[in-house]
Amino acid sequence: MRTWCTLTRRELAGFFLSLSGYIILAAAVFMMGYSFVLLLVTLQREPTPMPVTEVFYNTQLFWLILLLTTPVITMRLFALEKFSGTFETLMTTPVSDLQVVLAKFAAAMIFYAVMWLPLLPCLLIVRHFTYDSAALDPGTIGSTYLGILLLGGFFLSLGCCASALTRSQGVAAMISLVFGASVFMLAWIADQQPARASWQAQVLACFNFFDQMRDFVRGVVDTRPVVLLGSLSLFFLFLTLRVVESRRWK
Amino acid sequence: MIEVAHLTKRYAGRTAVSDISFEVGRGEIVGLLGPNGAGKSTTMRILSCYLAATSGTVRVAGLDVFRQSDEVRRRIGYMPENNPLHYDMRVREYLKFRARLKGLTRRRSRERVDVVTEQCGLTEVSRRMIGQLSKGYRQRVGLADALVHEPELIILDEPTIGLDPNQIRAVRQLIKGLGGTHTVLVSTHILPEAEMTCHRVVIMYEGRILAADTPENLQKLMSSNSQVIAEIAAPATELRECWIQMAEVEQFDVSALDGDYFRCALTPRDGLDLRPHIFAVVREHGWTMRELTRNRHSLEDIYVRVTRPDEEDAG
Repeated sequence: MRTWCTLTRRELAGFFLSLSGYIILAAAVFMMGYSFVLLLVTLQREPTPMPVTEVFYNTQLFWLILLLTTPVITMRLFALEKFSGTFETLMTTPVSDLQVVLAKFAAAMIFYAVMWLPLLPCLLIVRHFTYDSAALDPGTIGSTYLGILLLGGFFLSLGCCASALTRSQGVAAMISLVFGASVFMLAWIADQQPARASWQAQVLACFNFFDQMRDFVRGVVDTRPVVLLGSLSLFFLFLTLRVVESRRWK
Repeated sequence: MIEVAHLTKRYAGRTAVSDISFEVGRGEIVGLLGPNGAGKSTTMRILSCYLAATSGTVRVAGLDVFRQSDEVRRRIGYMPENNPLHYDMRVREYLKFRARLKGLTRRRSRERVDVVTEQCGLTEVSRRMIGQLSKGYRQRVGLADALVHEPELIILDEPTIGLDPNQIRAVRQLIKGLGGTHTVLVSTHILPEAEMTCHRVVIMYEGRILAADTPENLQKLMSSNSQVIAEIAAPATELRECWIQMAEVEQFDVSALDGDYFRCALTPRDGLDLRPHIFAVVREHGWTMRELTRNRHSLEDIYVRVTRPDEEDAG
């Protein structure tokens, strides 16, 4: 646990002491700000019974932020260390592979959570000026953030795995972007298809992340997407662990 | 301290190390010597638990590096080739981070960081960013990192590469100072370095061990047929006569130099040291001698000879 804390702290320092960390933050804040403007425009046009979080989600910029930032956050985790050789010095200290993987993932997760913090004041400002015309309560904000973190966890674990596969940060980012886009497309196909009873359609419907996220922003926490996203994240972290271990049996 | 038995490491389609065995005793400084690509780094990576061997057993302090890797890593201080460091950290911060990773408590790590900072001469740069340091200082940071948890075994992969002569001397001094209390395995392709710092030398070539002995013994092995050069002022005919009569001389060659001097190159029989005999002869005849040297084979000759046997034969 102590080692894990040390490692996580080091990884976080890596994010916050590098220029790239701040570029990611700036880009995310810019997109959030843009969605905030869109949100205000929507609310000005007509009052809506939707929670503010759902109006925000409907701007679709959430997906853009998720798809673009997660590969950039995760690309450095393993690839940079492998490239610079510090991975070797790290793995020859008495730390376990699991500790390393979990520490890197945790650091990415914390950075990702920090990145989404600017959304909070945006929502509160809207709430302050619209009084009761737009609904927003702590529960909805909580479930929105839960959704953001769960989906983010899945995409970040994907990125971790991609970063562990290669020595080049660029390649790592490309792999996770392609996989992330594939997941997005899968969700889109699932969303587009008409409800049918065939078992294939039902399986595909499980991956309708659009619907699941829509539930979260409405304040509905369904256990099914929580379990699905949680286990998908664990699965990719497990793959990452195997990739890291593979140097010992390759 | 280190027991390597029949170690083999194959990468996809290429054998980096093939069936090597050697041992290193506690407190010894042993040099792994060989040209680039000889398998030195691979051997060191296996010893430091970074890679696993394809076959064979490797034990450090009686512990298997594969099965008891955690315990082994606690006992090893390893500095890889090119000494990778986190350039965005400060020296002291980095050393503390490494000490904590190696399982030292907060207090102990602070004490040890103070000690190694002092030991490696890093006191004045301890607050600087590693990325801004000169190569020599970075190398010292790497060494300090290897030493910070007081390991029993220190593995250094080419620690003096890319340093200027003064820095090389400083690093060598440091390594020498570690002997006795620590066991040190150091790899290099620079021969005088191994000759100067190591108690024993293991010469590797294409994944195999060609020779393993003390630098002195390796020299003895080579000096068995080493020539003696003498520059003597004497009549040429008498000189030749003299060498023909001397039973210990197998072959000789006399060539004229400036003035009355002649250069005599003498090859001894059965690896004898000819120098006392030559001196006796010169004194007996009352000649003048201005030079008497034995061609001492440096490790360099041995190295060239064992690593490139074909070329040696051809030459």
